[in-house]
Amino acid sequence: MAWYIVRRFLQMIPVFFGATFLVYFLVFSLPGDPIQALFGDRAVNPAVADQLRAQYNLDQPFLVQYFLYLKNLVTVNLGNDFSGRPVAEVLAQVFPVTIRLAILALLFEAVFGIIFGVIAGLRKGRFFDGTILVASLIVIAIPIFVLGFVMQYVVGVKLGWAKPTVGAEAGWSDLILPAIVLGLVSLAYVIRLTRTSIIENLNADYVRTATAKGLSRPRVVVVHILRNSMIPVITFLGADLGALMGGAIVTEGIFNVPGVGQRLYQSVLRGEGPTIVSIVSVLILVYILANLLVDVLYAWLDPRIRYA
Amino acid sequence: MPEHRRDYIEHYVAPIEETPLQATDKVSEDVQPLSLWAEAWRNLRRQPLFVIASVLILLIVVVALFPALFTQTEPNANCQLANSDGGPAPGHPLGFTIQGCDVYARLIYGTRASLTVGIFATLGTLLIGGTLGAIAGFHGGWLDSVIARIGDVFFALPLILGAIIIMQLPFFRENRNVWTVVITLVVFGWPQVARITRGAVISVRNADFVTAARSLGVSRPAALVRHVIPNALAPVIVVATVNLGIFIVAEATLSFLGIGLPPDVMSWGNDISAAQVSLRSNPSTLLWPAAALSVTVLSFIMLGDALRDALDPKARKR
Repeated sequence: MAWYIVRRFLQMIPVFFGATFLVYFLVFSLPGDPIQALFGDRAVNPAVADQLRAQYNLDQPFLVQYFLYLKNLVTVNLGNDFSGRPVAEVLAQVFPVTIRLAILALLFEAVFGIIFGVIAGLRKGRFFDGTILVASLIVIAIPIFVLGFVMQYVVGVKLGWAKPTVGAEAGWSDLILPAIVLGLVSLAYVIRLTRTSIIENLNADYVRTATAKGLSRPRVVVVHILRNSMIPVITFLGADLGALMGGAIVTEGIFNVPGVGQRLYQSVLRGEGPTIVSIVSVLILVYILANLLVDVLYAWLDPRIRYA
Repeated sequence: MPEHRRDYIEHYVAPIEETPLQATDKVSEDVQPLSLWAEAWRNLRRQPLFVIASVLILLIVVVALFPALFTQTEPNANCQLANSDGGPAPGHPLGFTIQGCDVYARLIYGTRASLTVGIFATLGTLLIGGTLGAIAGFHGGWLDSVIARIGDVFFALPLILGAIIIMQLPFFRENRNVWTVVITLVVFGWPQVARITRGAVISVRNADFVTAARSLGVSRPAALVRHVIPNALAPVIVVATVNLGIFIVAEATLSFLGIGLPPDVMSWGNDISAAQVSLRSNPSTLLWPAAALSVTVLSFIMLGDALRDALDPKARKR
């Protein structure tokens, strides 16, 4: 098991460097001179511009910049954004909001996804199953921003059950509605995955054995079927955490959540290299670590994987 | 686990009263067994889900090719602000947008952009992801690892996030059109297809018929192209069909963020995005293009589901 973890961990390292390099390369070739952008329409004093360029390493060749950046990343010295605020401070401000949002969304899709999926799987072919299947397909087919608008309008404005826009505070209760919108599409996937998994296990030999030796139906369902059906679902949920954090741009835009996605979008429009690269690097790190965790969990749940 | 293909084929078994008892399970040897695809087609024709999805997709393709057949209104010619956010009127069944344009005509003419993005992004991911995945799966070893890690690098960046950065590059910023959106989607979409293709190729790589072909002197590339790929195609086609729908949604999302198609291109994504402001006063301007988009995406997902059931005999028996 330890070897398995080490091997998976070593495989993650080139992915992290590759992905950060890719982002750094893309951001580095973004159009426009950020120093000029900093001064707006006014003419820049060349001496000041040169000094600023040196401060942000913009005068160095690209590869040197990348390695300087990596060095700073390791020492958690992320530099300042173009308005002079330390990037680390910006990160500390936006990440907790998005983490809260992603955790709420994950909880929402896990709880409802598993409950609905189990019921649908156990009653395959009945009315509830059919309704759930059609509903989940429709949810997948609707773009998330349409869902967001409609929910914002109906739940936030018409019914007044939640704040239609979140604003600077972004506490747990304010984030419930955005989290539901963010988690809806994944909810549909969790339902379908759980359902398929349950149906597959219903016909397994060990379930027949358990029933044949006289176990009660609830015990067979909860202890035997459910436990084995959860393996692919947990894998999906783990991988989804990273995807939720990186994919929250649209939801955060609609509900005015001051999180990672909104900040990143603004930074890209401003051409604010250090902030973009820092945020994306952390997102990539979260994604990679979540995947590592899932792999380890998977190997622990299903011993066939780690010996393969 | 390499399984012999013949195992999949359900042979005709005559009712006992029609045949002598000894011949019950006998299969006539000179009848060619149906191929996987022929059998899938026979199954598909009977599925209502497949029929509905195909008819819808056919209709959408015809609309995209010949929009003038479905509306006489020029989508942009007669926009009058007097009609801004107006309800349905004679000749304008779905009402008007905030700019006073006919919602129905824009819906019909917007089909082409959305469908083009979906189709070409799917073809692009199939070409790149399919090729790399097949090579990785067939070759194995270091090449497999290298391709898998490169795929992981692109996988680690969420689609929308990567697309935002790419669409801000000078070249993409100056040439904002259907093709640059397609390129962006392909750049971040290919690893998934590569993974599926790799898995499918590995599952048939060591099958008996491949070994037979190799021992008859067929070269490795020829064995890959002629024997492995045709038999590994099924799961890839299923994923591609579902992806087509997902790319259409992605295009709409990018257009919504203002970094997809430029506003002068008529597409459902742009129309939904432009209708945001009218949501409270005239929600139908937002709901109609959203409905058109969802029905299209739904058709492709349903087609993918039907194909999966038809091509996977294990799922069918259940």
